[in-house]
Amino acid sequence: MPQKLDIRSTVLSLVILLMALAIWHLSTFVPDTGPVGVKLSVDQTAVLTGMSMAADDIAFYASQGVAFAQLEQIAALGLSREMIDMAGGIKALGISVPDENSAPAPGSLFPSPGLVATELWATVTDPFYVAGTNDMGYGIQMGYSLLRVVIGYTLAAAVAIPLGFLIGMSPVFFRALDPYIQVLRPISPLAWMPIALFTIGDSELSSIFVIFICSLWPMLSNTAFGVASVRSDWVNVARTHELGALSTAFTVILPAAAPTIVTGMRISIGIAWLVIVAAEMLVGGTGIGYVVWNEWNGLRLDRMIVAILLIGVVGMLLDAIFGQLQRAVTYSE
Amino acid sequence: MAKPFLSVERMTQQFPDGAGGTLTVFENATFGVEKGEFVCILGHSGCGKSTIMNVLAGLAEPTTGGVIMDGTEVSGPSLDRGVVFQNYSLLPWLTALKNVTFGVRARYPDWTKAKVETHAKDYLAMVGLEGDVVHRKPSQLSGGMRQRVSIARAFANHPKLLLLDEPFGALDALTRGTIQEELLKIWGKTEQTVFMITHDIDEAILLADRILLMTNGPFARVAESVEITIPRPRNRTEIVEHPNYYAIRNHLVQFLGQRSKDMAGKENSGDNNAPQTVRIDKTEEEPVEDDIASHLRAVND
Repeated sequence: MPQKLDIRSTVLSLVILLMALAIWHLSTFVPDTGPVGVKLSVDQTAVLTGMSMAADDIAFYASQGVAFAQLEQIAALGLSREMIDMAGGIKALGISVPDENSAPAPGSLFPSPGLVATELWATVTDPFYVAGTNDMGYGIQMGYSLLRVVIGYTLAAAVAIPLGFLIGMSPVFFRALDPYIQVLRPISPLAWMPIALFTIGDSELSSIFVIFICSLWPMLSNTAFGVASVRSDWVNVARTHELGALSTAFTVILPAAAPTIVTGMRISIGIAWLVIVAAEMLVGGTGIGYVVWNEWNGLRLDRMIVAILLIGVVGMLLDAIFGQLQRAVTYSE
Repeated sequence: MAKPFLSVERMTQQFPDGAGGTLTVFENATFGVEKGEFVCILGHSGCGKSTIMNVLAGLAEPTTGGVIMDGTEVSGPSLDRGVVFQNYSLLPWLTALKNVTFGVRARYPDWTKAKVETHAKDYLAMVGLEGDVVHRKPSQLSGGMRQRVSIARAFANHPKLLLLDEPFGALDALTRGTIQEELLKIWGKTEQTVFMITHDIDEAILLADRILLMTNGPFARVAESVEITIPRPRNRTEIVEHPNYYAIRNHLVQFLGQRSKDMAGKENSGDNNAPQTVRIDKTEEEPVEDDIASHLRAVND
């Protein structure tokens, strides 16, 4: 039965994917019709031939989409097509004509799934190229983002878990620190950005700080809650075995509270990954969040979509790591 | 007279009653337990049995009075006083074996890993847990098995005093019988001093050398100390044949059914509330009725 369920859910997943791709494809598909030719009136042709331009050349350039005004400029040069090509084409002569970099033909600006897939393949097969400060492989950019997240998150864990222990074990600390936590916790991590940029100055450190501050709260409150709700029976076991405070914390309270603590860590890593993209958009320079913004500014929506997809995949992997950790520390009573 | 091994002296416990006053659970409780003795304490719920247990374990402080064990005053929990809790209190993330080694390591920190493990396995075997079972987590064990692990953990630590807080309260009757016998066996091998709380009269008679009877609270007190004059080794099917069994049982039932109520709620004059010793032995010539009668008179005075 569970196997049958697996098959059915997989099939349904695939159907949903295919349907989404089909809708995407149909709504963005533009048939490749080649360059749209320009139709010249008899008068216009007469003007051009009057400027001693060969009839063949007129027909060729018109079929390439060169408009009458530009044809006049070409005719004024008094050069044959052969000579123009030898000089590097009409573009090299300073006459603007449509080419593959011009705005696409009428249809959708949004890239088709095929285009995105090609770009995705290119990204995955060559993730670490460096062609300039604004053109680096997404693997490198992802590495920058992950590094910031790991540093900020580790610092947050190093503060939140011991502090959470303290708050959880001591009602005095809980009552003393609770108001601050309640006020600071709901502040959007990005709201800290100006303060960080002003006080820290460095944009790199500022984004790490933002990750730190947003990862802090779920870990802090979950650790405090987990530690405070350790069953008193287990604490009594530690007490009747004359365990010291440290020993009790590590052998009884930590394993007892571990599932709650790891849940907090899992929530934190999710938030950190959400926030890094936004922070990098704001700060710029490097990182996958910056990539999204940069590709948007360059209107390379296909590359932007690839970056967004990769953000989702990496986020899923980060969550899966903590999911594994959670399974490892969970116990049933 | 020399002090007994464990001596509870003029112990009073009061709690705030929630309405500004104080609730005296028991007052000036005084009793002793000899070394190697198995003592059960019987009484209704709310008479402060568990409070006495917590004080003996060092998990709670009495309002006044104190406990002296082996010449030293009890303050705070100690490895010298092992506790078996009613709800087993095994650490659920550790296997049965690890739960026992947890205790052994705390008791003997300088033992090697192998020695700790062998020791723990020996005690698990004494309560009938051998083989793969010891590598299971508590959630994969039945209630009876969990309590066996808990008992093994307590005995493996060789405490000077073993405290059992209604250890069989949550078990079904059949399992309870088996583990009672295992408890007797392991106790016989170790000559441990045991102080046990129970609700079950038959269990108390089977296990104990002496039964302390508590009156109902508030102002509960340990009123009687009944000697169990049935020779060991005892067996749950054979002891019912002994002439003293029903005499003792009737005495206990009568106390719990009637006299625990009659004697309840009386504020004490400040004397030591030492229990009256009761000895019922049909195999001796001395008539038993006198004993109870004189005691009753003493109470009515």
